[in-house]
Amino acid sequence: MASPMRIRAAAKDGVTEVRVLMAHVMETGQRKDSSGALIPAHFITELSARHNDKLVLSAQFGPSVSTNPYLAFKFNGGAKGDKLAVTWVDNKGDTRSDEVQIA
Amino acid sequence: MRKQFKAVALSLALAFAAPAFAQDELNFDAYREMLADGNPAELYEMEGEELWRTARGPKNATLEQCDLGLGAGVVPGAAAQLPRHFADTDRVQDLESRLMYCMETLQGIPSEQIIKGKFLKDERAKLAALVAYVVTHSNGEKIAIDLSHPKMKEMYALGEKAFYYRTGAMDFACSSCHSQDGKRIRATQLPNITKPEGAAAGWGSWPAYRVSNSQFWTMQHRLWDCFRQQRTAEPIFASDVTIALSVFMAGKGNGAEAVWPGVKR
Amino acid sequence: MKKLFIVAPLALCASVAMADELQAKVEDMMLKSFQANGIATLERQKQDEVQKACSSPTPPDADTMKRLEAAEMATIKWPADGHYIDGDWKEGQKIALSGRGLTWTDKTPDNNGGGCYNCHAMDPKEVSAGTIGVSLEGYGKTRGNSEEVIKYTWGKLWNSKAYNACSDMPRNGFGGILTEVQIRHVMAYLFDPASPVNQ
Repeated sequence: MASPMRIRAAAKDGVTEVRVLMAHVMETGQRKDSSGALIPAHFITELSARHNDKLVLSAQFGPSVSTNPYLAFKFNGGAKGDKLAVTWVDNKGDTRSDEVQIA
Repeated sequence: MRKQFKAVALSLALAFAAPAFAQDELNFDAYREMLADGNPAELYEMEGEELWRTARGPKNATLEQCDLGLGAGVVPGAAAQLPRHFADTDRVQDLESRLMYCMETLQGIPSEQIIKGKFLKDERAKLAALVAYVVTHSNGEKIAIDLSHPKMKEMYALGEKAFYYRTGAMDFACSSCHSQDGKRIRATQLPNITKPEGAAAGWGSWPAYRVSNSQFWTMQHRLWDCFRQQRTAEPIFASDVTIALSVFMAGKGNGAEAVWPGVKR
Repeated sequence: MKKLFIVAPLALCASVAMADELQAKVEDMMLKSFQANGIATLERQKQDEVQKACSSPTPPDADTMKRLEAAEMATIKWPADGHYIDGDWKEGQKIALSGRGLTWTDKTPDNNGGGCYNCHAMDPKEVSAGTIGVSLEGYGKTRGNSEEVIKYTWGKLWNSKAYNACSDMPRNGFGGILTEVQIRHVMAYLFDPASPVNQ
């Protein structure tokens, strides 16, 4: 089961800065465990961010992104109290969505 | 670093990209600075906060009545004053041994499970998450441990002795690596713990998230791995030597600002 | 005056007694706070004479140092065939680079690294070198290969405490960290003109 993200979103002068910390192992599929067996790939493939249900960011992730990824981005618009939701999907079909109010 | 990074979209500021640094300088300050925003230790802090408030264990209780030294349930500022002497146990306890005591007394989770456990696993992993939660609420506070109690004084003296105590297969003491300014093991900079600023740099930057292995390490974990590399026998979780060294470091670092939780490469 | 005269030695006795008590407590703690795990047994928590003498911020007096050093010197095993530096520098390089061995996660007490780069610069091209020990860059080139230098280097590698009882360097040969063959390879890494150390 996927762990919660930590999302911070703050609006200033008509621009909203969003910072997202995701809990994910992001296994590349190329590492081996102590017995020498390959650890299966397990990583986030897609991520989207919505501001009041309007898509503001869509990104493709891959195995080159670090464990527990951190993502920061800005978009035009957004106001205090608006909804900001982030969703990711990984290669095993696991998904996680979290939502905050813009500060 | 076990993974290579690449930016996935031009418009994004991606702090998980490793910045280029001049290798000959072996200075990772800029790298650490970039990591500090978005320290994944926050994920452990979130887990810890939930654990603090969740009824668990045979007694199905939360930790909200746990007294970390500032009164039952008071978390802000508590870590900055630990280790301390607790009247109820008449012992000097660090944050980890105190949380372990609360888990046993309030929740009924036997301390043995943690002492005999492994780092990053089971109840000891939960304890680490609780540590992340508690120290975050002392971030930026000045280290302020009270050394006035005789048992604290004794722990400090024992910690200082232990710091210089050479033993093990390679004759190392803590002081072998941590008693000079500006030294390195390979590329790793070593704080000079014999000086207040070095002691504060060590004490005040652990627990920390380690980017190189994606793990959150508490001070107990840090000391345990120091002894492993020192080639001693294995220190027992929350044993006197770990508390004594903690009192020594925190006491020497008193007055300096703590950056909790830290982030390391 | 008389009173003071009596009190001062008493106070001295009391502080000595307290120091002894603290020493006993720390020795007890350094044993009881640890547990055996695999090859890392509790024997490791007991200090030998050198370790004990060098466990404070200040080294012991000169006479004690000399006595300890002489005893350590006697433990050095010199190569029976007189061959000090005819090892393989490439093997020596591997040993110098590896910091592995003798922890409680190691399965065997053999096949250890020398951990040289933890503290010493050796090959100038290796940037990730520690700075606790002196730089050994160009070791053979700058120091030459006189019998004196070669014997000193062998002895230092075998038992560093023979030359400085409170040296920070492990006693590689004496402590069973490296074998005689491994030390020969490290010697070649330091002295062989073809070794990267001497480029």
